[in-house]
Parts: sequence; C-alpha cells; structure tokens
Amino acid sequence: MQVAVIKYNAGNVRSVLYAMERLGAKAELTDDPDTILQADKVIFPGQGEAKSAMKYLRERELDQLIQSLKQPFLGICLGLQLLCEYSEEKDTTCLGIFPIQVKKFPAREKVPHIGWNLLTDTSTPLLSDLGENPFAYYVHSYYAELHPEFTIAKTHYMLDFSALLHRDNFFAMQAHPEKSSLTGEKILKNFLAL
Amino acid sequence: MLTKRIIPCLDIKDGRTVKGVNFVELRDAGDPVELGKLYALEGADELVFLDITATVEKRKTLVELVTKVAKTINIPFTVGGGISTVEDVKALLNAGADKISVNSSAVKHPEIVDQMAAEFGSQCIVVAIDTKNIDGVDFVHTHGGRKPTLKITQEWAKEVMERGAGEILLTSMDHDGTKSGFANGITSEISSALSIPVIASGGAGKMEHFKDVFTAGKADAALAASIFHFKEIPIPDLKAYLDREGVTIRI
Repeated sequence: MQVAVIKYNAGNVRSVLYAMERLGAKAELTDDPDTILQADKVIFPGQGEAKSAMKYLRERELDQLIQSLKQPFLGICLGLQLLCEYSEEKDTTCLGIFPIQVKKFPAREKVPHIGWNLLTDTSTPLLSDLGENPFAYYVHSYYAELHPEFTIAKTHYMLDFSALLHRDNFFAMQAHPEKSSLTGEKILKNFLAL
Repeated sequence: MLTKRIIPCLDIKDGRTVKGVNFVELRDAGDPVELGKLYALEGADELVFLDITATVEKRKTLVELVTKVAKTINIPFTVGGGISTVEDVKALLNAGADKISVNSSAVKHPEIVDQMAAEFGSQCIVVAIDTKNIDGVDFVHTHGGRKPTLKITQEWAKEVMERGAGEILLTSMDHDGTKSGFANGITSEISSALSIPVIASGGAGKMEHFKDVFTAGKADAALAASIFHFKEIPIPDLKAYLDREGVTIRI
C-alpha cells in the first residue's frame, strides 16, 4: 500500500503522515505527479487559506492532476473546501469536484469552530463501525453547504454543514481524522481499506 | 453540538514531566509521551505541554519531544513555555504541534501575536494570560505569575484577540493551587466579551468546579494538572459526571 500525501503550502501535514505510520501504511509527502498518479491512495490534507493554496496548486498544475485522479482520494479540512466549487474565503474559485459553495460561519457564536463535534446522518462505508457517538475534532471558520447527493455526514454548529462528502473516488472530511482519537483512526483505516 | 473540552496540562523540564505524578500503571510516569498517551486513552480532549526548562540549549529537547508526542498521540496538543519568535513557532509546528501558546513574550512584544497569526493562522496561536486581582482590578502577570504588569486583563484579552489569537488560556493566579474552584467571574466576563474560545485554568479541586466553570464561568474548555496527575479526579469519572449534569461533553 503506497499512500501519497499531496505536498503544497498548507500547514500541519506532519500529523497526517504520523497517523498513517501508526496504521502501518507507507505514506510519502510529495508533489511529484508520477508518484501521486501511481499511489494506491491519495490524501490531500491541509490547514491554511484557500486563495494562496489554489494559487500554489495552479502554478504547479496540481489542480489538473487532482481532477484527473482515479484512486481513492481523501481531502481533509482545507482539502475538503478546495475540492468544492467556490469558497467565500478571499473569493476563491476552487477545484470543482463537488458542486458546493464554501461559506463563512455567521458571527452569532464563536468562530473558528474549535473542538469536538458529532458526525450525524452518516451513510458510507468510510464511516462504518464508528460506534454510537462518533465525535471528530474540528478547527475551521468556513464550512461546505449541504448537498442532497454528495453530503454523506453532517455536523451541527449554528447550522448543519457537510462533515463528509463523497463523489466517485473522491472523499472529503472537514474534521481532522488524524486528531480525532479512535474515531479518526477508524475512518482512516476504512479509507485505506477502500 | 460542540462539546466542552477537558485538558490535562503536563509541565515539562528537560524533556521530563515534573510535579509528582502518581501513576502505578505507567512504567515511567516521568515520560511525557507515555503520560500523554494514557490521558488520550482516558478521554482527554486535548493536551497542553508546558516547558519550564530554563536554559536555551536544553530547549532543543523540546522539539524532539514534540516529534515523539506527535508520532504517538492521536488528539490535538498545544506546546507552550518560553516561545518568543516566529522561528520558535515554526520549529514546533513543523515537529507536529497543533498549537503553540505564548505568554510573557506577547506581553513584552504584543506585535509577535500579529506576526505569528499572519504566518501560521489564528487557529494555532493560543495566548496564555496569567491574571491576579489587586484591590478589585484584574492585572496581567508574567513570569509564571510572579511579575505584575500594568495591563488590565480584560483589555489585554481583547487586544490579543484583535491581534489574531485563536484562543485564550486564562489562568487565575488567585485560584491556582487552591483547589477551591475556577475563577468563574472573570472567566465568564472574558468569554462573553470575546468571539474566540476561552480555556479556564487554576483552582480545579472537585468535579463540581468543572460544571461551574462551564456554566457560570462560560468557559469553552477547562485545564488542570495536579488533580489529574494525582488521580484525585479520573478523567472518565469527570466526563461521566459532566454528562449526567447536562454539560455537552465527548464520551
């Protein structure tokens, strides 16, 4: 099993590599197109800001590469948002895998949404055997809207948003599975087993 | 629903946990990695590692420790103690820390909060504030609470938020070590006034104190050290209690 973790100008990718190591998977941080194309699984992690991340990806033509991938693919946090069509964060056109808008949380409560929150309405093999109360760890100020077809789990903070998305080989998760204790570990394990 | 967080704090000196730790099931309770792992398994929501190493040379061991922690532990953790430059932050985040906390250095040079937030994002910048009430006014203290400053705590909290802090770790020096409960008054005042989460610290002695700080104190998270290290309050019991009392908590 060879896992490619896409290298770009996003923060906190080290934790994803360590999580893979704990699960016994061989993961490599790379922006080499051939390595990414040949990997069994691809992870698109990230914490950061949408506009500069998209600029970085376009300059290296990683945007087209991601859109062309056929193997199981998992976007995490900013990775989920970049797979959507558009983000309000600095008015950014994203990769468009999911025809979904990314919006900023209203200021009614504290933003960013930091901490543990529940995954609900889960319907995907990626989330099988998570137990009764699957809590995941979130750190984000923007959220992906719900989609009738592609939203496969929701979370509630002021409003319901897409906790996980799925379309063909593309999966994406807003929370950080690599920081979500046993729940996150199970999700990553399920992803590796796809 | 977003849950309230329980955060054990581990004091680190020269790469080892300090403050007597009383864990029979650990081979080496002085090993921060082992202790952190046990807390994660017990249901801690996050961990804070506070480095109190005095000398600069020995601080290199902190980056090594952070790497080991990140490799082993599957919940978020914050690293604090003596961090004063963007380079310090970069080294710790690259080693795998999720957040860093700054305290005295931010009081001395407030602009470092702006610089760190601009470089790494607010989500990973925690500003720790030690506060003490002097004749009815809350003043920021530095150097482990020993040195008073002229800054008013409430004003400083607002200022660091505006400068880009993602969270406030508020320690009441009046309550710290007393086991008589958290400083609910000032915690509530600051948490209500700010649009970022507030972690309350100092004064935990009983399970009720946690309920109080989450309700009356309006804290988003509560941090404690010795009551966890000495097993006066096991984390699973605390979380079960809070759940029964109607506090939203991750079980």
